[in-house]
Amino acid sequence: MSTTKKMILTLVAFFITVFHIIPFYILITTSLKVRGDFSSRWTFPDYFTLENFTTAWQSANLGNAFMNSFIITIGAAILLIFFGSMAAYPLARRATKLNKAILVLFVAIMVVPPLTALVPLYQMVVEIGMLNTRTVAILNNVAAFMPLTIFLYSGFIRSTIPKELEEAAKIDGCSTFGIFFKIVFPLLKPVTASVLIIACVFIWNDYQFAIFFLQSSDVHTLTVAMDSFVGANQNNLGLVAAAAFMAMIPMAILFLFLQKYFIAGLSSGAVKG
Amino acid sequence: MSELAGKVSNTVNPKKPKNYKVEKHSSLWWMYLPALLFVTTFIVYPFINGFRISFTDWNGFSQESNFIGLDQYRRMFSDPTTWTVVRNTLLYGIGSTILQNVIGLGYALLLNSKIKMRTLTRTVVYLPVIISPLIMGYIFYLIFAFQNGALNDAITFFGFNPINALGNPSVNPLIIVLVNTYQFVGIAMIIYLAGLQSISKDYYEAADIDGASAFQQFKSITLPLLAPSITINVVLNIIGGLKLFDVIIALTGGGPGNASQSSSTFMYSLYFSRQDAGYAATQGILVAFMILIISLLALWYFKRKEIEA
Repeated sequence: MSTTKKMILTLVAFFITVFHIIPFYILITTSLKVRGDFSSRWTFPDYFTLENFTTAWQSANLGNAFMNSFIITIGAAILLIFFGSMAAYPLARRATKLNKAILVLFVAIMVVPPLTALVPLYQMVVEIGMLNTRTVAILNNVAAFMPLTIFLYSGFIRSTIPKELEEAAKIDGCSTFGIFFKIVFPLLKPVTASVLIIACVFIWNDYQFAIFFLQSSDVHTLTVAMDSFVGANQNNLGLVAAAAFMAMIPMAILFLFLQKYFIAGLSSGAVKG
Repeated sequence: MSELAGKVSNTVNPKKPKNYKVEKHSSLWWMYLPALLFVTTFIVYPFINGFRISFTDWNGFSQESNFIGLDQYRRMFSDPTTWTVVRNTLLYGIGSTILQNVIGLGYALLLNSKIKMRTLTRTVVYLPVIISPLIMGYIFYLIFAFQNGALNDAITFFGFNPINALGNPSVNPLIIVLVNTYQFVGIAMIIYLAGLQSISKDYYEAADIDGASAFQQFKSITLPLLAPSITINVVLNIIGGLKLFDVIIALTGGGPGNASQSSSTFMYSLYFSRQDAGYAATQGILVAFMILIISLLALWYFKRKEIEA
């Protein structure tokens, strides 16, 4: 590549980068401005205060929301990994008629948009008295991501785990369950990492289900807490910006440190999903 | 759990060759039973129940509901809002898909060249993917708001009249498409980048020797060999765009009126604000069929292209 061409391409990349940073830049300048400061969003204020951040943290109850998001995300991820990997094993290894049908069922569910079931799902949750519980948010997220999890695990087991390994273990008198958890599961680390990242990003960011099931403020997750906070502070965008900044920061930091794993994990889900 | 599992697997003694065969052909169904219970309870059963509710006038909370046959379906097809919603949903699905693929491929081609900025650019473009679409919507509200929004601050700085991007029903669906594209173009970029890196350099060297221009090389080598990446991206983006919800809530709330409503936000408002659960379920059935048909069509079309290429 010629030097001129390289310089032009670098310049283009530079402008793209700047263009994509603009929303975050505006978020930061806005979050630093107090109420009544209508100066252009493109400039920083000539004073410095973190008032918006402390006020937003307290009145949006973000500490509590972080805790709820954390419990729901981790709870769902653990159940997904445990039940998903276990379910994938026979589906990948035993091609009986029943198992083939079950695998088709799981794949078919992946195509069905979850929102179709929202109305009856909400009704069911109310009837069994589980509205406004973290448990129902965990269980529902496990169900929503189960087909993708099984798909990722079964593909990996079929293509990378040698059958001989399990046969050797069987001759040594290992039970099926023992073979799976002692021998196969530790070899599934790369998919487990992908499942963990997919689950963490999508469940942490979930709004569509959370807004239905977690209406009472003590079980609000980050997104739902943000939603009600914004509703109450529509005329004070400095506060909204500060809250939005704090809400996105944990995931953004995780991403910057573990970028390689995030991109690999999310695109494996994309490719298979 | 492990106790139960032990009992089940102990019923077949692996040391006896006679039973070994039995086990090899067993489905081990108990291993996927929990997963099956999850999806049946939270997806399959409600989905089937949705059909039942769509034939009633249920309001969403009362004990009473009457079977009214196909009335909700008749109502749906004669309701002008249905068509606004269908048009918007298609616009969000197809519009975002086109933009994300064109821009994503452009970015991937750029980052596939050996320039210095590429790691930083990739990180910055991908970052919004992991942020909640709801929060992304609020961030863009700071840009597009009529009063003191960053866009209008810039426009008035250069002496033009401010625009009401979010309040104008003929513009705001397009703004929503742009925001959705900004947020998820990173996924398309990464998938195309991986696709580009898997194309052997030999093809391009041979084409160079034959004197093919850069555009000819792109058309005859790059695009056909990227076909699998195109299929994935198109299907993925269409499904994502047709389901759009969070960004709309954050930017316009579906308004003004129902002008920027998607199927998901319309269902949400029918159920929670208008106590019209039967009708919400009917709209749900419509969107399910729309997504199913469009994604199958896209899959079929692009798979066929892959085989031709």
